[in-house]
Amino acid sequence: MSAIHVSEWRQAFSRRNLAATVAGGYLPILIAMAIIVLPLLWMAVASFKPAGEIITMQPTFLPQEPTLDNYRHVAGTVPLLTVLGNSLIVTIVGSVIKVVLAVTTAYALVFIDFRFKNAVFLAILVALMVPPEAALLPNYMTISALGGRNTLWGIILPGLGTAFGTFLLRQQFKTLPKDLLEAAALDGAGHAKRLWRIVAPVSAPTIATVALVTIVGEWNSFMWPLIITDSVHMMTLPVGLNLLQSIEGQTGSYGYLMAGAVLVIVPVLVVFAALQRFIVSGLTQGAVK
Amino acid sequence: MPTTNPHRSRRRRRDALVFLAFAGPNLLLIAAFIYYPLLSNLFYSTLNWRMGSTRATNAGFDNYVRLFTSPAGAEMWRVTITFTVVTVLASMVLGLLVALALNHRVPGVTAGRTAIFAPYVLSGVGVGMVWNFIFDPQLGVLGHVLRTLGARSPEWYLDGDLALVMVMIVYVWKNLGFCAVVFLAGLQSIPKDLMEAARIDRAGALRRFFRVTLPLLSPTVFFLTVTTILSSMQAFDILKIMTPSGNGTNTIVFELYLQGFGPYQNAGYAAAISVVLFVVLFAITAFQMRYVEKRVHYA
Repeated sequence: MSAIHVSEWRQAFSRRNLAATVAGGYLPILIAMAIIVLPLLWMAVASFKPAGEIITMQPTFLPQEPTLDNYRHVAGTVPLLTVLGNSLIVTIVGSVIKVVLAVTTAYALVFIDFRFKNAVFLAILVALMVPPEAALLPNYMTISALGGRNTLWGIILPGLGTAFGTFLLRQQFKTLPKDLLEAAALDGAGHAKRLWRIVAPVSAPTIATVALVTIVGEWNSFMWPLIITDSVHMMTLPVGLNLLQSIEGQTGSYGYLMAGAVLVIVPVLVVFAALQRFIVSGLTQGAVK
Repeated sequence: MPTTNPHRSRRRRRDALVFLAFAGPNLLLIAAFIYYPLLSNLFYSTLNWRMGSTRATNAGFDNYVRLFTSPAGAEMWRVTITFTVVTVLASMVLGLLVALALNHRVPGVTAGRTAIFAPYVLSGVGVGMVWNFIFDPQLGVLGHVLRTLGARSPEWYLDGDLALVMVMIVYVWKNLGFCAVVFLAGLQSIPKDLMEAARIDRAGALRRFFRVTLPLLSPTVFFLTVTTILSSMQAFDILKIMTPSGNGTNTIVFELYLQGFGPYQNAGYAAAISVVLFVVLFAITAFQMRYVEKRVHYA
């Protein structure tokens, strides 16, 4: 028994096996990681380079004279604090409303008796299959008619109806034991109480998943805000960066552009690094399990 | 219905009201901003109508005819199909290779998985800006590398075909991590003893892959094919940032934007594109839902 053990150990640490592990296991991973990480690293270091180190035939990896000028310049070209603030408001308000609506809708679909429940669920399922781009033009007409161009509510409103979160949460709620709720019902708890006191707390991981996926989606959202705003003071960050790209792209002022890219990319990277388990499971739903 | 019990019907009515209070707002929003647009697009698509104008004339099916027969329409389909086929195949093949590399029990694999998935969650606008810098023929790092190798950087932005290649590379870079992570989950669900049995039968690594791994991954392959087709056909952010007014990169959604809201202001035509986009993507999703439902036990 122990002899096998020792020989297994010896085999595991033999030169041949170590080489195979490195070549077969680590090398491909390292190459893949380099391809993914290097462009982002290049963005980060370039955002601290003065213009002279960008417009050069001999670029160095690290900035020789690191500077914050690029960030200052971006703030001078687009009203950075306003645009960042708009993005934060749109992301927070939009996400909170969407998650609450998804939770209440999913609860209704699972726990409340209603004759047309299946029809309602089918309608939500079909909505899930509609590409948002196909609704662009009519939504533009609707929001314009309501006076929502260049307003934050005009950016937020059309995206609030949520099929994805409802669908995901419905599946989770269906796995909850019925007697959990029946006991609460006997105690006289109404639906609102049952939802917020029992269903929501025990479903917290799924709700967190839906919330994080929604937050990332709202923060990155580009096409609709691009169409519904043309005043720079009402733009979200991606739309402001699109403007920055059209101003600075022609002159090769990549330092400015990389500073802008850092602002939209790094917050999501930080959130992702901290909470990747929830985000990955939310985004790969339907594939796994 | 035999339920004439007044007590019961009152409860039923109360439940219906509670249901509407809980689900109503969401359903109203979905109706107003998802369903209503589908219908109004049908109407808009029959108009000869410039964006922003208050007047429009009836165009019948002209917009649809244009979409399928005009040179611009044919170009849109060529670009859409090229972009979709290439990006779907590339992200699946590369994603599978990365997944196979990650499917070892060595420390650090989790970090690798996280890093490779990361671009998928990043802003397409930010990613496009980063790669604009890399691809710049004069100042970009790719050009520097090519020059040290004695080559010259291609003019990525001037030539339409090269521009399409460029945006496809960036798109695959951003999305292949999704395929890799889904494939990895599929690989890890393959029973160990199956692989062991194949090994005992002296099946080589390639044979094991094609005879055991790949067939068992078929539900994953199918799922990924459908989802990546759907997302490739909806690509926009990278295309808009890297080729702002379209240059050999006008896929269906980008063309929809350019026609409706870009320089052309052709609202009727954009509505026709929207209708066709919906029909195509809906058909693909509906097909997947039916099919996946049937063979979900394989997964």
